Amino acid sequence: MLCELDKAIIREIQEDIPLVSQPFLEIAHRLGISEEQLLQRIKFLQEKGYIRRFGAALRHREMGLKANPMIIMRVPEERIDEVGTKLASLDRVTHCYQRPMLPFLPYNLFVMIHAETKEECFVLAREMAELVGVGDYRLLFSEKELKKTSMRYFLEED
Amino acid sequence: MDIIDKKLLSIIQKDFPICSHPFKEIGATLGITEEETLNRLKKLKEQGVIRRLGAIMDSRKLGYKSTLCAMEVPEEKIPEVAAILDKYIGITHNYLRNHKYNMWFTLITPSEEHLQKTLADLEQKTGYKIYSLPAKKLFKIKVNFHVPGLEEEKISAL
Repeated sequence: MLCELDKAIIREIQEDIPLVSQPFLEIAHRLGISEEQLLQRIKFLQEKGYIRRFGAALRHREMGLKANPMIIMRVPEERIDEVGTKLASLDRVTHCYQRPMLPFLPYNLFVMIHAETKEECFVLAREMAELVGVGDYRLLFSEKELKKTSMRYFLEED
Repeated sequence: MDIIDKKLLSIIQKDFPICSHPFKEIGATLGITEEETLNRLKKLKEQGVIRRLGAIMDSRKLGYKSTLCAMEVPEEKIPEVAAILDKYIGITHNYLRNHKYNMWFTLITPSEEHLQKTLADLEQKTGYKIYSLPAKKLFKIKVNFHVPGLEEEKISAL
């Protein structure tokens, strides 16, 4: 269970940490705790899996990764674990989820990749499909980014 | 971006040191000073390559519920609908994609009840049906990208 201090820490570290020599000291001051206590608590949150990753969120488009399709695949239900696990193991796959099939969208495996060009994505997708032996798939390219932010937890408006 | 920037981005996406002088430690692995590390990061932040530096939380572990949603929005209504969606803290990603259902967004809320309420609220405000596709199984979330140009790469997922 998370205590109020943990939630207060999360409210701080889910924002930008300051680009100064001792960023955690500055945050600890704001929270009224010692730097050592903060570091221990963050490590605890990491170990327990509350923090999935500590580091930079990059704008992949700014890095030259301009193509980020959602590859949707139709996989027989009995093969979903095998195919999902296999695709998840590939380095270029950033997200892989099983989702419910809808009548207008009869696909159940949703895979995200990021690449520099659309052509590269088609090559990657074909390779992936061949690897797992799935013939029915589509690439939904993002044509425009309307919003991209980080989630903020434990705020008043929750 | 030079090679040091690229290496820095690669490092800073994952193992950010949780210690008193993290930038000194990162700099040491690259053979640059703490000051240079901070200056480079400030520049990458200004350029927009780094969106945020901090903790990425595990929404499930925090008890939050999330889903991926699709909507069919006529071209001329896109700015209006995007503006409505933009106001929600829990809507972190919103993309236009090349499909009949052209608007795809993610929604994270503190509970299932809250999720259903938000979806109903959004349908009422936008006037369009929302198709919610909550993950049935999570195979992977990675979200540290390969940095283009860091090493010679062949276009392959394998």
